[in-house]
Amino acid sequence: MTTVLQHPAYEEERLQRVAEQLPCRELQAGMLLSLMGEPQHYSYPSIFIYGHRASGKSHVMHVLLKELELPHATVSCVECISVTLLFEQVLLSFFGCDAASLLPRSPSLSDFVRVYRQQCSHSPAKETRYIVMEKAELLRDTDANLLPALLRLQELVEDNVTVILLSEIVWDKFRPNTGCFEPLVLNFPDYSKGELQQILSQDRHPSYSAEFYSSYINILLGVFYSVCRDLRELRHLAALNFSKFCEPLAEGKVKETDTHKLWRNIEPHLKRAMQTVYLREVSSLQWEQMQQMEEKETGALRGLSAHTHVELPYYSKFLLIAAYLASYNPARTDKRFFLKHHGKIRKTKFLKKNEKTSNHLLGPKPFALDRLLAIFYSVVDSRIAPTASIFSQISSLVTLQLLTQVSHDDQLDAPKYKCAVSMDFICAISRTVNFDIVKYLYDFL
Amino acid sequence: MSTSSVSKGCFVFKPSAKKRKTLSPKDYFSDGCEGAENSDVRFKLCQDLWDKIKTDTEVLQDELNRKILDSLLDFTRKCSSTRQHSDWALQMRASEIPTAALVLGVNVPDHDMTFQSLSELLQQSVTPHVASVQAKECGALKHLMKRVLERLMDTVVAVDDDEEEAAEQTNGQVHKSVHCSLNTLCDWYNTVTKKSNSGTPGKKRSSPVKDEQQQPPVVVIFKDLEAFNPRVLQDFILICSRYIDRLPLMFIFGIATSPSTIQHMLPHSVSSLLCIELFQSLSCTQHLATVIDKLILTNDFPFKLNSKVMQVLISIFLYHDFSVRNFIKGVQLALLEHFHSQPLSVLCCKKKDAQLNVMQLSHRNLERIKQLPSFKRYIEKQEPQEQASLLNDDTHLKEVCKKLIKDLHKYHKNYYPILSCLHTLTSSLPRYPLGKQIRELHLTCLEKNVWENEDYQSAMKLLKMLAKDELITLLQRCAEILQPVKSKKIKEALVHLEELLAKLKQLDTAAAAETSPTVEETITSPMKNLQKKTDLFQLQKTLLEMNESRRSKKLSPFEVLRNEALDFIDDLVKKHLSPPESHTLNEVCYYSSSATVRRHLNATPRTCIQAALSSPYYYLQNENLKTEDGSVSNAAPDICIAYKLHLECGRLINLCDWLEAYSTVVSAAEGNDPDSDNFGKVDDVKHARFIRAVSELEFLGFIKSTKQKTDHVARLTWGGC
Repeated sequence: MTTVLQHPAYEEERLQRVAEQLPCRELQAGMLLSLMGEPQHYSYPSIFIYGHRASGKSHVMHVLLKELELPHATVSCVECISVTLLFEQVLLSFFGCDAASLLPRSPSLSDFVRVYRQQCSHSPAKETRYIVMEKAELLRDTDANLLPALLRLQELVEDNVTVILLSEIVWDKFRPNTGCFEPLVLNFPDYSKGELQQILSQDRHPSYSAEFYSSYINILLGVFYSVCRDLRELRHLAALNFSKFCEPLAEGKVKETDTHKLWRNIEPHLKRAMQTVYLREVSSLQWEQMQQMEEKETGALRGLSAHTHVELPYYSKFLLIAAYLASYNPARTDKRFFLKHHGKIRKTKFLKKNEKTSNHLLGPKPFALDRLLAIFYSVVDSRIAPTASIFSQISSLVTLQLLTQVSHDDQLDAPKYKCAVSMDFICAISRTVNFDIVKYLYDFL
Repeated sequence: MSTSSVSKGCFVFKPSAKKRKTLSPKDYFSDGCEGAENSDVRFKLCQDLWDKIKTDTEVLQDELNRKILDSLLDFTRKCSSTRQHSDWALQMRASEIPTAALVLGVNVPDHDMTFQSLSELLQQSVTPHVASVQAKECGALKHLMKRVLERLMDTVVAVDDDEEEAAEQTNGQVHKSVHCSLNTLCDWYNTVTKKSNSGTPGKKRSSPVKDEQQQPPVVVIFKDLEAFNPRVLQDFILICSRYIDRLPLMFIFGIATSPSTIQHMLPHSVSSLLCIELFQSLSCTQHLATVIDKLILTNDFPFKLNSKVMQVLISIFLYHDFSVRNFIKGVQLALLEHFHSQPLSVLCCKKKDAQLNVMQLSHRNLERIKQLPSFKRYIEKQEPQEQASLLNDDTHLKEVCKKLIKDLHKYHKNYYPILSCLHTLTSSLPRYPLGKQIRELHLTCLEKNVWENEDYQSAMKLLKMLAKDELITLLQRCAEILQPVKSKKIKEALVHLEELLAKLKQLDTAAAAETSPTVEETITSPMKNLQKKTDLFQLQKTLLEMNESRRSKKLSPFEVLRNEALDFIDDLVKKHLSPPESHTLNEVCYYSSSATVRRHLNATPRTCIQAALSSPYYYLQNENLKTEDGSVSNAAPDICIAYKLHLECGRLINLCDWLEAYSTVVSAAEGNDPDSDNFGKVDDVKHARFIRAVSELEFLGFIKSTKQKTDHVARLTWGGC
């Protein structure tokens, strides 16, 4: 340990314990400690901490507040479906459940402030109270007054309280138009490779030596560091693949120190892991089973994205094809594709200025139901009556998310749709019905 | 009806209870059905048959689902058991939420039954805590949470009543203050599990659950994943993952399209919280095949569909909805219609009952039998004397009917085994001349004599080229099919087939040794010549020669046997696979009105509207409206006249001209003198009627107002006169 946390207000021993739990975050923890000051002093009203996923924001806050036994409330903003929940959780952890029940139904911010002040007068803060808001970026979607109010809650409730916002997004994206109190902004940088190595090596397997595990982590990082720096994910992957790494050891083929041989054994395995488990193509449970099954049946297990085939009724296929054509062809060109005697129209003559870019690059365009049906009747080879089930197939394609309805649900008259499937998908579909879709696409003329 | 009220207004009169007679299905059945005298019997037959079909299909569906459900149950058990291990690797692993991705095929309404049985099974054997949610009730995260909490807590209420009150009391305050958060659920879960653990053992719940695991998982089933708002789902998963160490959650995703939807909907940061395992259910076409196998291609049900009705039902399935449930509903409709409209359907039952029912037939029904086309054909074939007695002597007719019914049953008994024999033989041929699925073969057999079919001929030709081992395995499979059938004719056929098989097998040992050198000789000799000559013309010639020699060559014993076997099969087909139309009294068992089925199952709303507008007589049945050659009588309702007139216009319709034309037609209908001055004049009433007709047409979507010209409306349909 290079730096040990120091603060006059807390015992040396305690700070030592905190430092042990926060490897590679001593600097940030020290900064926070000095910001927080002594417990009974007033602290800065609001602190904003940002950093990528798994850069230790919540962990640092949690350990600090817990180990130093400071009064605090931790709220995850994802969970707060309504502000009520947020207020309740804060009141609950500061004043007990009696206070929380004082809130009226669907309380406003001022209700919260009122209740807080009322409770506060009974039990004023002896030490600074902390409210930690995880995933604070979601606060932007709530009422416009909530974020500014939280930032200066100290003033509002006249209590020694500090709000700490944790987010993955920089503060600039938070600032409301109307302006607000500026919090102290603190950045948690990503862990470097060395730091990741240090942290990951800490949770070694009890029955193996620390060096051995550390060398394993080294190999793991060599493979995964280029694609993933998420500590959580890396730890997960380390745990999943460790048994495979130890296999030659258990069989007695190699010694612990023979890293090269171990590397040769594990490297292809890790590469495969990168393509499967890491992308969640294969669940971790299946991955473990696969390891037990030995090499012979590898590849038998197909990932999630390998199953792209969708079975559809015959006319649904044609409806989807028609929708695709309607989405990717300009409406003016329909005549050329679907009329018998259209005359030869060359593409160059047809082009408008903005249509020179490929329609496939621009994405699907909305089309009306009439056009869809008109194209449908001309691409489908047999005569079909416009039965109710044809129409219901359109709406089931919408529920399957193969089409999306652009117009509002309420609009019964001339609804508009977009086709939401990829080129590969539609090609596969049209192949099953012997329809050469490329011939009908304006982009491929 | 009168009221005591002094003011004007609309009053609702509820029909008095006495008058309202609740009609049983039976009354509906007898109401307006053809030949009412034996409607009771027919209704009973119909209902029994339907009950049997229903239970059979349910059993079948359960069986089909069992495999996938079993593996799913295993998965849930495994997940909940691994949670309790204190392994190093498991501790280090990020705690993922176990998730089963259940791929069920595109017909979403059909999934209900699967999910129903799934949640029942889960509740029986794994955990009492199962909640299933649908997308349409969870528009926002709030609603989703609410539904999940409600269902989970409710299930417990339903399971053990005594716990419910206690839980209510303890949770009472918390429930009021902390609505709808997973925290509440955790508290609830803790109280419930604690209670069930400390409670007297083996009280109510099935015991294995309790012994194995103290913590039954909490399962949330998302019935239609695609329809969920991705945002809501992501947030829900994020929240759940925060509680996974306290609450053993588990998800089941019902997926209609393909598993890659999960990746489309959830970003990596969310999907990394899940441990997803894939379960693929039987494809719906296979499902249909099994249902047809068990429902249609069997002798168990006397009720049959003819080829056209089958065709309609199958094409609705393949072309429109992929819904097995709808297929079965279609069969039900046909069944009802058959018993409702065909008085002779009393004979559509088990052989013994049918024999009895024949004796009960009334004179009118016997007359009906005489009117049946198949019976007429039968009479024509008889001797004149026999003809007379059939036509005049009722008792004799009954006797003959008994015999004919017996024959029909025999025909059915032999038909299905031979059909599946033929299918096994032809389904492995290249390019499937007689169809891949047995239902296709069945359809061709129902339509006409299958052996006159070109495809049949080509299939036979291909069969004559089979190698010995292939032929033997195929014939063996046929023998297996024929084995369990208890019919005299089939038994004879089986004996013959086994003889043939034995002979074929003997070839292996004895005859093969003799024949092989001669065959080789004939082939090799031109081969030798071939090596010498390199000229193209010569090559062609030798090849032709080789071909000739092979054809003219004497047949080897195997080929003789093969031909014999195939001739035997051909014989069986000709004997047993004749279409049902050729059998007398087939109308009793076969439902043939495909138009009715089509009209009921595949509705065409637009055609109906157009029919109503262009020929009002069709629906109104008023003699005055009857016209020929598609014209509309001028006495027709206003909207019909307006519609007819609008058909004569182009894309834009001038309202003024239209009104003029309308008023002329209506004046003629009123019988005004065409020469008088007032003829065709627009008065207020006509004007109002016209406006109403036009706005009705607009409502029906035939026209709409347009901004191109002020006094015009645009037509929205093509075509016309």
